[in-house]
Amino acid sequence: MGAANQKSRQAMPEQDPHVRARNFEEVPLGYTPEMAIAEASRCLQCKNPLCVQGCPVGVAIPAFIKHIADGKFDLAIGKIWERNSLPAVCGRVCPQEAQCEGNCILGRKGAAVAIGNLERFAADWERANHACELPSREKATGKKVAVVGSGPSGLTVAGDLILKGHEVTIFEAFHKPGGVLVYGIPEFRLPKEIVASEVSCLQAQGAKIECDVVVGRTETVDELFEQGFDAVYLGVGAGLPRFMNIPGENMVGVLSANEYLTRANLMKAYLFPQVDTPIPHGRNVVVLGAGNVAMDSARTAMRLGAEKVSIVYRRSRDEMPARSAEIHHAEEEGLHFELLSNPVRYLGDEKGRLIGIECVRMELGEPDSSGRRRPVVVPGSEFVIECDLAIVAIGSGANPLLTRSTPDLPLGKSGYIIANPETGKTGKKAVWAGGDIVTGAATVILAMGAGRKAADSIHEYLTWGW
Amino acid sequence: MFRIIKREEMAGGTVVLNEIEAPRIAVKARPGQFVILKANEDGERIPLTMAETDPAKGTITVIYMVVGKSTELFSRLQVGDSYQDVIGPLGQPTHIEGGKNVVCVGGGTGVAVLHPIARGMKEAGCRVTSIIGARNKDLLILEDKMRLASHDLHICTDDGSHGRKGFVTEVLRELLEKGGVDQVVAIGPVPMMKFVSLLTKEFGVPTMVSLNPIMIDGTGMCGGCRVTVGGETKFGCVDGPEFDGHKVDFDELILRLQAYTEQEKLSYHVCKCKGEL
Ligand SMILES: Cc1cc2nc3c(=O)[nH]c(=O)nc-3n(C[C@H](O)[C@H](O)[C@H](O)COP(=O)(O)OP(=O)(O)OC[C@H]3O[C@@H](n4cnc5c(N)ncnc54)[C@H](O)[C@@H]3O)c2cc1C
Ligand SMILES: Cc1cc2nc3c(=O)[nH]c(=O)nc-3n(C[C@H](O)[C@H](O)[C@H](O)COP(=O)(O)OP(=O)(O)OC[C@H]3O[C@@H](n4cnc5c(N)ncnc54)[C@H](O)[C@@H]3O)c2cc1C
Ligand code: SF4
Ligand code: FES
Repeated sequence: MGAANQKSRQAMPEQDPHVRARNFEEVPLGYTPEMAIAEASRCLQCKNPLCVQGCPVGVAIPAFIKHIADGKFDLAIGKIWERNSLPAVCGRVCPQEAQCEGNCILGRKGAAVAIGNLERFAADWERANHACELPSREKATGKKVAVVGSGPSGLTVAGDLILKGHEVTIFEAFHKPGGVLVYGIPEFRLPKEIVASEVSCLQAQGAKIECDVVVGRTETVDELFEQGFDAVYLGVGAGLPRFMNIPGENMVGVLSANEYLTRANLMKAYLFPQVDTPIPHGRNVVVLGAGNVAMDSARTAMRLGAEKVSIVYRRSRDEMPARSAEIHHAEEEGLHFELLSNPVRYLGDEKGRLIGIECVRMELGEPDSSGRRRPVVVPGSEFVIECDLAIVAIGSGANPLLTRSTPDLPLGKSGYIIANPETGKTGKKAVWAGGDIVTGAATVILAMGAGRKAADSIHEYLTWGW
Repeated sequence: MFRIIKREEMAGGTVVLNEIEAPRIAVKARPGQFVILKANEDGERIPLTMAETDPAKGTITVIYMVVGKSTELFSRLQVGDSYQDVIGPLGQPTHIEGGKNVVCVGGGTGVAVLHPIARGMKEAGCRVTSIIGARNKDLLILEDKMRLASHDLHICTDDGSHGRKGFVTEVLRELLEKGGVDQVVAIGPVPMMKFVSLLTKEFGVPTMVSLNPIMIDGTGMCGGCRVTVGGETKFGCVDGPEFDGHKVDFDELILRLQAYTEQEKLSYHVCKCKGEL
């Protein structure tokens, strides 16, 4: 193995930035089996693998990598499935550099093992070859669980409980299951076909999915109990868009990232007029914020034909919260970064349409409560960015629709549901919650981790009582 | 799937009624609430108010004006066909308080939205005077139902082909001048709601309007339905659709409703060329 360790990290083959910046096909093309084996052979198979400690769901990383190195791809995917039911998704969207790969011992001197790329390889290989059987279900228990929300958190709970023999129905407000995976994250980063395939696996195992049901409106949580559900899991995400509350925000041409991405992804508006939902095409587009949501919006705008797309962010590049791979991809695709800048008002023409944004320059001062240096305004530094489309991607909050109709469910300050971090139990009997609606906007894998813990706790409750 | 069990044309085919099987929604819906419908896989999500619900039969009724591609597609669906998706009930129900002297003003398809509210108010013990209007006699809908839901019904047409010649605001002004009106409810085209609100403000009579901003999800997650009410941003789908007419920024709403005009024309044009419609 000594010689293999010397090898450098296998680069992920990707679409050429100039080409891909104008299409919606996936950017990374995936490893070939040879590349996967070569990359897997770099792993040191550490006795005390730090990578696993960095993984929020504790995937047996060295073990699955070993199987890939040995060319036993079916065993590799089986190993991953023991802890992670959405590897094709996680291999694409997890912030590996801050989790498993960030801990990898090889990263100390050179490049960490490409754990995410290998996870993705194993999952894609399985999807292409259907070499593995669905895991078997325990004997039916006759207990019924309602899962509200079909994002990664809800899908994980449902998957686990189905295997434990319970009857599971997922209720989804939108007309398609998948949560942010289908309405938020764009096709070029996570093909919708992958989400659909994971969802149909779940259905094949017996989970029921009912779309077009808004819990809090169509049914309330208490009505679900009246209908015979024994337990309810709330995985409704953090889908309330935040705006900056600056003058001109309701002008035509100012959209929340949620609206923009939902039109583009869920409604497939990038195919308009072949599909019926329109989407604004900006020539000069400004995206406010610098997280994954901002990168996704900006890169979508590029693909919809913008001439210039600028990311306006009030701190510097080092503080940008997006995954490093996405920032890198965005830079390659020619997005313009207007860092250390903060919008103060929108400018419009006489018809109320957006023509520009007035911003001020910022400097970084002392660290604030988040540990990041606080941006402060440079006096007299006003400047205008001309634009005809602005997308607000500065974060999201807890949507009160469901919680308002469930008055006995204890909430925290900003309207998030209070749940035990170890079990997902809320303050209302037989109700669990997890994912973004408990933690605030976080990550796919953390939402899944919360789902897994809740599933164990729900199983315990259905077996032994609250 | 959400099957259509009754289809009726009104106002010379420019307005269509669909009674749709949606048992869960039928049980829950209250006057003033709406649903979002999607005809097929590639369809747009379109909000429509429920004009009627029948919990026992498990059906809801929508009445819509054919204005663009999506409503045109809807109008092509026949009895036995289905909408792929119907989501609801969405929005806040109308706040109905008994014992008041209420004037209900409806224009165009707004009358369909107004009808269950007028009926609800009458049932709650209000004295209901209604004024309904349309451009001409043929475009007027639900006259008989409105007559039943009101103690008093006034009809106006722009060209005088039925009822009084003129705008609903003229009749309303006379009623306000007579006095004794506790509340006005106005539902119809945005300019109509704007002018009714301006008028009732002169007389200091509280006025409720039902707004129709562009929507996607209808659950408060996209913010596309933002309207300014009393200087604050509200989401039409969850805070509304009904608001205090004296506080609504109607001019902003009119601009926002035109956001996609060019694209909508293109979409309509493309589908006509393809012979889809
Ligand atoms: C554009 C974007 C890009 C992102 N990129 C990344 C990334 O690269 N990596 C990463 O790890 N994370 C990323 N995230 C964050 C990640 O997607 C979320 O943390 C994760 O999806 C949260 O999962 P969840 O199951 O809690 O909720 P969600 O995925 O938000 O799903 C909640 C579901 O519940 C439904 N729902 C809500 N209310 C109701 C109701 N009342 N009744 C019925 N259904 C309801 C919603 O429609 C939705 O489908 C991104 C997020 C966005 C928006
Ligand atoms: C809460 C609510 C209740 C409504 N109730 C009724 C009703 O009972 N009867 C009725 O005839 N109409 C109703 N409308 C209006 C109806 O939704 C629009 O006429 C319809 O969306 C037009 O779609 P289209 O594709 O046929 O026309 P398009 O050519 O797409 O648009 C025509 C006009 O309709 C408006 N519009 C377009 N898309 C949307 C959208 N997604 N949401 C809202 N408005 C849009 C715009 O002003 C546009 O200029 C309601 C709207 C709302 C928000
Ligand atoms: S830390 Fe890196 S080298 Fe060690 S087992 Fe994990 S992936 Fe392999
Ligand atoms: S329609 Fe999306 S928030 Fe109201």
